[in-house]
Amino acid sequence: MTTPATATLLMTPAPTPPRKTFLRQLRASLAMFANAKSAAGLIILGIFILVAIFAPLIAPYDPTAQNLTETLEPPSWRHLLGTTHIGEDVFSQIVYGTRGVLVVGFLATIMATVVAILVGVTAGYLRGWKSESLSALSNVFLVLPALPLMIIIASQFQDPPLVLIAAVLGLTGWAWGARVLRAQTMSLRNRDFVQAARANGEPLYRIILVEMLPNLMAIIASSFVGTMTAAVLGLTTLAFIGVIPVSNLNWGTILFWAQQNSAFPDYWWWYVPAGLCIALLGVALALINFGIDEYVNPRLRSAGERARALRKKGMKAHSAVTAVRTGGEDTP
Amino acid sequence: MTADISTIDPTLVGTTATRAERGRSRVPWRFLGGRVLFYAFTAWAAITINFFIPRLMKGDAVTAYMAQARGQIQPEAEKALRLMFGLDTSTSLWDQYLNYWGMLFRGDLGISISSGMAPVGDVIASALPWTLGLVGTATVLSFLVGTVLGAVIGWRRGGRLDVLIPITTFLGTVPYFWLGLIFIAVFSTLLGWFPAGHAYELGVEPGWNIDFISQVVSHAALPAITIVIASIGGWVLGMRNMMLTVLDEDYITVAQAKGLPDRRVLWRYAARNAVLPQIQSFALALGFIVGGTLVMEMVFSYPGIGLLLLNATNAKDYALMQGIFLVLVLAVLIANVLADIAYAILDPRVRETEA
Repeated sequence: MTTPATATLLMTPAPTPPRKTFLRQLRASLAMFANAKSAAGLIILGIFILVAIFAPLIAPYDPTAQNLTETLEPPSWRHLLGTTHIGEDVFSQIVYGTRGVLVVGFLATIMATVVAILVGVTAGYLRGWKSESLSALSNVFLVLPALPLMIIIASQFQDPPLVLIAAVLGLTGWAWGARVLRAQTMSLRNRDFVQAARANGEPLYRIILVEMLPNLMAIIASSFVGTMTAAVLGLTTLAFIGVIPVSNLNWGTILFWAQQNSAFPDYWWWYVPAGLCIALLGVALALINFGIDEYVNPRLRSAGERARALRKKGMKAHSAVTAVRTGGEDTP
Repeated sequence: MTADISTIDPTLVGTTATRAERGRSRVPWRFLGGRVLFYAFTAWAAITINFFIPRLMKGDAVTAYMAQARGQIQPEAEKALRLMFGLDTSTSLWDQYLNYWGMLFRGDLGISISSGMAPVGDVIASALPWTLGLVGTATVLSFLVGTVLGAVIGWRRGGRLDVLIPITTFLGTVPYFWLGLIFIAVFSTLLGWFPAGHAYELGVEPGWNIDFISQVVSHAALPAITIVIASIGGWVLGMRNMMLTVLDEDYITVAQAKGLPDRRVLWRYAARNAVLPQIQSFALALGFIVGGTLVMEMVFSYPGIGLLLLNATNAKDYALMQGIFLVLVLAVLIANVLADIAYAILDPRVRETEA
């Protein structure tokens, strides 16, 4: 602190700053994941990703290998999650199923989110017929009920490739995010800070990227998570109905076979794990979203903390003003 | 909501500005007119897409029907059948399109081959009340309970009610159909509290009597509970997050500083503003919920639109599929219009910039 500012500047080696700023920027951009909720969600998601990558190493059996001497066995050390009606190992099916779910889920979500941001923010910022026609586009995709559309397109193919399924899920999934983003952008457009930026003559891309996008991050994040959850649910639902062929092994396929071979309610090891995996993946995504939400919108993060701190002092958060005022009267 | 605003005593909440605003026409006709035009366009686009989807598929109704009949129909009859189904491949696509619109305006949705050549309109009309009753009630219930719960959780932030957030999130991520299957296994097969499926027992004659109505209620209870539990998480979370944002606004502080009762600040100031995104989500979620209940009806063998659509898909009954699509699309559109009207009434900012 005693060193003069000029001396500090001279002491800093010239070539390091760009590198340092890059690392710092990287850390800053990842800061939204540096809280307990996001970390927990990312760890769960990471485990699922590792399982998907190393599926052949983790799975003790071939997921479709039949063993007619060990059918419908309850969980044991030989078969961690028991076996199916034709002696397939359920645990191995879950492990390989993770791959199918994650690959399709991520592909579909990335496609949908990119389209949602482009269409939503543009439609929200523009006015008049341009905004209306973009909104009409997303509305057309919104009103078409997604699941029937997916069923029809998927049933056209004997063995639809993963990319096609992902594209269909993405095609039916972007409109939700686009519409919410448009609504929020329309609301932001009338706020003072955006009006001020426009009055200052800031270019359009800067208004959108610097002024608006940080305020849209919560909605983009929640739309990403919502789309991913919807994509996973859509995929497993299609597989459960039997539209996606068995060759695309995923958690829904397991439930399809369990339902087809009347596993309910006796053979719980056949249908409970797959459903729990879908739910666990959904919870992981939701946790990541909570973390991002609280980072972007400090009100969400601090609201609980502040309320708890107030309660320790014997005050209620939802009547904070009154409590402070009486405190002020007591000690003038 | 409208009644709410009009019954508020202006001397309690109003400033001169709000009174002046209320003095003018409260119904934004220009805004609504624009919306009607816009939704008419959306309906046209959806119907046009609906026209093209089945025609892009391999095979058509007549081919499927001919295969089903296994040569019992003379090949010469195919031409007549094609004319009857509006699938005459000898006419141009444009003529087929005009013909399709003509049929729509006459209320003629074609003939369903999977339902014994009954008119599609009649087949849908017999299934629609079941779906509307089950899905409509369950969805509205889920929205209302979830929104109120979210508002209270957001208001009592940091309190014990925060525990509900992870629970509802978990339930919201569970697939509808899986939850339905588990509930059937537990509450129907093991405990025997609810019937396992269908809308009523086979022996019961449908009619307006106590016996039939109690049958319908007991059969709808489990699927309805499943839909509410599976969909409530989104409403709770959305409302709670908006409440936390709104509660930091200056007008909340002012309202509390004025010494207004907590209940008034909660519902009239905070919740009234926080509910705006909820109304939009409600219309948006309808398409998704329709998809979810479609599978739910299959799990519960509930005789609604969803089960009908699945049967139609399996039987390649294109006329019925098109008809169901049309009904679903129109239902979601009407919900969107209603949400827009509610939104415009509640949020003057949107009304002003749009009109």
